Amino acid sequence: MLRISPAPHITSKVSTKRIMWSVVAALMPAFIYSIHIFGERVILLTLISVLSAVGSEYAFEKITKREIRIFDGSAVITGILLAFNISPKSPWWIPLVGSAFAILVVKQIFGGIGYNIFNPALAGRAFLTASWPGLMAGNWAPPASGTLSGLPTQALDGIAQATPLTLLKVNPTESIAQSLNSTYMLKALFFGKVGGCIGETSALLLLIGALYLFIRKHADWKISLGYIGSVFVFSAILYYLGKTPVIPLFHILSGGVMLGGLFMATDMVTSPVTVKGRWIFGIAGGIICVLIRIWGGYPEGVSYSILIMNMFVPLLDKISEKTIFGR
Amino acid sequence: MSLLTFKGGIHLHDYKEKSKDAKIKRIAPPDFIYLFLSQHTGIPSKPILEKGEEVEIGQKVAKASGKLSVPLHSPVNGTYMGTLMHPHPLVGKKEAIKIKVNKENSEPFKKTQKNKRTNFTKQKLISIIKDKGIVGMGGAAFPTYFKLQIPSSKKIKDVIINGIECEPYLTSDYRLMMERPEEIMKGVDIIKKIVKPENVWIAIESNKLDALEIMKNTASLFPWANFVALITKYPQGSEKQLIDAITGRKVPEGGLPFDVGAYVQNIGTSYAIYEAVYLDKPLFERVVTVTGSVRHQSNFLVPIGTPFDYLINLTEGPIGKISKIINGGPLMGIAQSQLDSCVVKGTSGIVVQNEKECLEKEPTPCIRCGACVDCCPMKLLPTELYKHIEMNRLEKAKEMGVLSCMECGSCSYVCPANIPLTQQFKIAKNRITKKK
Repeated sequence: MLRISPAPHITSKVSTKRIMWSVVAALMPAFIYSIHIFGERVILLTLISVLSAVGSEYAFEKITKREIRIFDGSAVITGILLAFNISPKSPWWIPLVGSAFAILVVKQIFGGIGYNIFNPALAGRAFLTASWPGLMAGNWAPPASGTLSGLPTQALDGIAQATPLTLLKVNPTESIAQSLNSTYMLKALFFGKVGGCIGETSALLLLIGALYLFIRKHADWKISLGYIGSVFVFSAILYYLGKTPVIPLFHILSGGVMLGGLFMATDMVTSPVTVKGRWIFGIAGGIICVLIRIWGGYPEGVSYSILIMNMFVPLLDKISEKTIFGR
Repeated sequence: MSLLTFKGGIHLHDYKEKSKDAKIKRIAPPDFIYLFLSQHTGIPSKPILEKGEEVEIGQKVAKASGKLSVPLHSPVNGTYMGTLMHPHPLVGKKEAIKIKVNKENSEPFKKTQKNKRTNFTKQKLISIIKDKGIVGMGGAAFPTYFKLQIPSSKKIKDVIINGIECEPYLTSDYRLMMERPEEIMKGVDIIKKIVKPENVWIAIESNKLDALEIMKNTASLFPWANFVALITKYPQGSEKQLIDAITGRKVPEGGLPFDVGAYVQNIGTSYAIYEAVYLDKPLFERVVTVTGSVRHQSNFLVPIGTPFDYLINLTEGPIGKISKIINGGPLMGIAQSQLDSCVVKGTSGIVVQNEKECLEKEPTPCIRCGACVDCCPMKLLPTELYKHIEMNRLEKAKEMGVLSCMECGSCSYVCPANIPLTQQFKIAKNRITKKK
């Protein structure tokens, strides 16, 4: 019996599964390092988050009699990313609730993989921030290892309790700004020796993971470059205009710019499909992030900037349609 | 050397290493030949013989009928057995002339007249090309004489000889370039005499630089030819993409190459034109790559009308159990429902897939990765188009250019969710054109 099917008769080996599990792998360096600096609690929180995400997905698909797709890796990514967005000191139920919200409300109700408008992990984080602001902000852990000697005591005290960004928002004095702009601080941010969320510590390790995805074409570098680049350029302009006391390098290395720009903005489902659309998506997202950081009520603008841009994706796809060959 | 190319497309493993070293080998004819009356785009040929008549190799067995048609010639010495319905490699069953091969008489084709080919007029050349049944041998099988009659309002600036052969696995044009470079160029010279272009380009992909060198060695005899290498990328050999890559001009939507002053002809056809004009030889045989999961990778010189299973047996059989037999390459070729479909003038290769290679993958939801958007050589938005067609919004699909889709298969190839994009567009195009 010959098999007949329409052309093409060969397909690439890249599958949704392969893409998703590659993203999981790309997040591992930052995860492992986070265990190293914040301790074993990171494992517990991440595990709860992933199990909650996968469990919610399974339950929803089972109840609504849909195909079970938990093995495609996408729920695992949501679980890890949500954990990456919370403090290592969070109570155990925070990732549980956050991931369940992300999967059930943000992803499955909209139709499951491929159909959600917002990045589930980011919307989950926004939900947690709105519901338990005290637990989500200002509950930062200092790194267990990695010393911060060399910084002025005042700054050190601040960092012990807050992320550099909160410190800047609450107490924007010259000396704080000076210490934040110091090479020492920038190095600490780059290599990951400051307080913060589980996953946003080391810019270097996030970059390594993202580079792997870029090379394998499982994430589009244009979005990341657009986003991080525009945070850099826009904050540089504002720095020279005297609107922000910290240098652009501090802006791109601190907070979630790396995590967001490399792993959340590049979420395929919630970003445009066209090249032009992706550039606009990244660049506009970066500008919104800086606007929130400098003039907004939050110290950090990454998650809201990406969520806002998620809403514009259908519009961006529409306005950035390519000219058809020969038309 | 800077390589030319177009925007979009896909990089894939070309699998040409399998058959590229298999020299062209003339095969002994099978017991029966099935010549389809419809070998080409256009009106089928009309049989002209009586049942039981003896036919000689190269003898005309069916004449052209109507405006867009060419005659057919017997590829063997044998007996005309009338016509019957037989599995056609492109679509279902079609009427075919059956010829019983006379195994006693293996006389080869002989040139009949001594022509002074240098003083043929343009009209004479075109009539020879029609009379010898020549059609485009890259797959579409469009009658060449018709293509050569360029409307007087159109001026051809560039003739491009397509030696790209971008479909994976296939090496029939490659072998012709390696083994018959001068003959191919003589065929090109004839095209040049008819079309009178400003430039003639011989376009070859960078994975066949050895063929490019061999073709270039003929440059002293054909100083007007420009030999160019192009980036190895699928579908580099598509007419519109090739014209764009070389001349920078884009054939308008719904238009033809001559609208931008270009004329494209492939290697196999150029060689057939040479044979027709210099050797009086009709197009009754062609090079067919038989490759994939077969024991002996081959490039056979095959009588048109030879059944596929006969050719597969000549390769010492398949590796594993045959699952799929493809007429043409794996990206645009047609899967056969019968083992005994036969070679037509457009059959450049037969790709055999076994069970292991032929996995059916279940489609999953689109994750909007944009791979299809990036690769579409016609700059369409496959994922968006697919959704509109699924929702039965054919008008919208038309507006978004679905009719420009050339069904190259790139989008389906790259899709990580295994969504049958190309297949859907094929159906939509049919529905839209039928509605008219």
